[in-house]
Amino acid sequence: MELIEAIILAVLAASTPLLIAATGELVTERSGVLNLGVEGMMIVGAACGFAGAWLTGSVFVGTLCGIVAGTMMSLIFALMALGLAVNQVATGLALTILGVGLSGLIGAGFVGERITPAVHLAIPGLTDIPLVGRVLFGEDGFVYVSIALVIGVWWFLYRTRAGLILRACGDNHVSAHALGYPVLRIRTFAVMFGGACAGLAGAYLPLAYTPFFIPGMTAGRGWIALALVVFSSWRPGRLVIGAYLFGAVTILQLHAQGWGIGIPSQFMSALPYLATVIVLVLLSRARSGGSTAPAALGTVFVPDR
Amino acid sequence: MQLVLEKRAERSGAIALVSPLIAIGLTIVTMVILFAILGKNPLLALHAYFIAPLTDGYSLQEIAVKATPLVMIAIGLSLCYLANAWNIGAEGQFLIGAVAGSWIAVKTQGTDAGAWVLPAMLVLAAAAGALYALMPAICKVKFGASEILTSLMLVYVADLFLDYLVRGPWRDPQGFNFPTTAEFDPVATVPLLIEGGRLHLGSIIALLVVAAAAILLGRTIKGFEIRVVGAAPRAARFGGFNANQLTILTFAVSGALAGLAGIIEVAGPVGHLQPGISPGYGFTAIIVAFLGRLNPLGILIAGLFLALTFIGGEQAQIAMKIPLDVTKVFQGILLFYVLACDSLILYRFKLSFPNRQVARGTH
Repeated sequence: MELIEAIILAVLAASTPLLIAATGELVTERSGVLNLGVEGMMIVGAACGFAGAWLTGSVFVGTLCGIVAGTMMSLIFALMALGLAVNQVATGLALTILGVGLSGLIGAGFVGERITPAVHLAIPGLTDIPLVGRVLFGEDGFVYVSIALVIGVWWFLYRTRAGLILRACGDNHVSAHALGYPVLRIRTFAVMFGGACAGLAGAYLPLAYTPFFIPGMTAGRGWIALALVVFSSWRPGRLVIGAYLFGAVTILQLHAQGWGIGIPSQFMSALPYLATVIVLVLLSRARSGGSTAPAALGTVFVPDR
Repeated sequence: MQLVLEKRAERSGAIALVSPLIAIGLTIVTMVILFAILGKNPLLALHAYFIAPLTDGYSLQEIAVKATPLVMIAIGLSLCYLANAWNIGAEGQFLIGAVAGSWIAVKTQGTDAGAWVLPAMLVLAAAAGALYALMPAICKVKFGASEILTSLMLVYVADLFLDYLVRGPWRDPQGFNFPTTAEFDPVATVPLLIEGGRLHLGSIIALLVVAAAAILLGRTIKGFEIRVVGAAPRAARFGGFNANQLTILTFAVSGALAGLAGIIEVAGPVGHLQPGISPGYGFTAIIVAFLGRLNPLGILIAGLFLALTFIGGEQAQIAMKIPLDVTKVFQGILLFYVLACDSLILYRFKLSFPNRQVARGTH
């Protein structure tokens, strides 16, 4: 029983940053913008989040710093890809390269420092229920926020007029523009939302997952979040399933390393990355009939006034 | 006030030439500000970065040595990007090439194997790099899986595989438990051009690659196909060019070049296989490719320039205690400016003042 509870808790913890970052990217991509810089925004969010928390002693302030940092990074992307109509793939790569450097620069002074990690919810009585108590009522704030975020995004995309307009920009920017919607402004907001989420996801790592900062600690999670968006067919519901499946693979391989099976640890560590490749291939193959991606995804739009 | 892009009637040739220079200029201005924020004297820092490495022979050779893998990888990537195929996993192909070539070096260690060892290593490394790059290319062509994500994921896999080999089966028994193979035998080492110097045969190979790419793109039908498929996919379809086939081809070539660069780095300047053989060559080469405007000669110059920043960064760290990460920030900012300036080739930037004019459309 306790082992099962521990595994569920670990899976939730490993999945949360993926879910948050992927939810943000899903909104960005639904507006028709492919921001490949998730990894860069996340790692800057991690460095700034830790710096903020260490300097002020508050995890909450640290989290805000992470969100602001991620948003600032996404604004650079918006300026380039939307303002100057630069190729989105190249701009996203540049954002990641810049982010890795910046995070190293910002975080250099904080390597080796520790903070008190984010507190976990504790409701007397409820949190003590065996098996489900800590899973449902004993998580840190990030986990609850991630769930709220997905539900909020689902509601926004499918139940509000603004969400419909955002999806219209992603499917056909020329028509959306002709109808009088400010395509570039809508996309800028979508990119900023993606950046804020990536920053939050990055901040989660040093503030809740491990209580310290190490350079490169996102370890490709931003890229995996991008793959999850593809996995989800750009739908928030499936994103939850994908993120938790992925967290489960990560935790499973960690536990398997601990059990001392004769497989070298490096092969187990490679599993999440290989799983991503395999899932992408299987999904793309299953969908060979027609793509579910937003039709205008990744294409440049310059309004002809 | 807002920024408006106006499409030029035709692409501006003059700006295509000067845009990389404008980008470098803007990057340097940004770096001066960054140095000032870090509390370093900007002029001294710029001197350490860009002038000091050019003043002594050792550093000049070191620049050529660092530029070698950058140029080789970037030439391959430029073919991919011209054909609109996004290989961003060159780092992984570099590592797999290094591993495959090292396999021969490790297996022939201490035997009386002859002069065939190094050529065999180079060929195997290129083949392994090509095969590793073909995986995302085939997944793309056959199943439609995003080559961007799959090629990037395989970088992590290659990194872990190399780590396993040098900590496990290939570890040097006399290596005091460090994760490294034994030093390669002389027959498994890339020969130096100047005795006692740093410059090695790999730099010549890189120059040959540049020349070959220039001929391919400028003088052959295949090169024309690559450029048309990327620039005008619709026209390419009418022309009967097969985009899928070109994706496979350009990925294979760029993988082979990255693999070759990997083994040359290991059998040349490094001398043995160990983790961390690449300070991100595969990713920096993306910047080199774009800074060189996807043109072979441009890539050669861009490769030397980025190699200068690597060496300059090391010197600035030693002389002024400027963190090495500044080099990465520098490279990232440079890529941003390069891309932004490229936009000038196709568009004219205009500031419009909607409040003072009659509203024009909804933008």
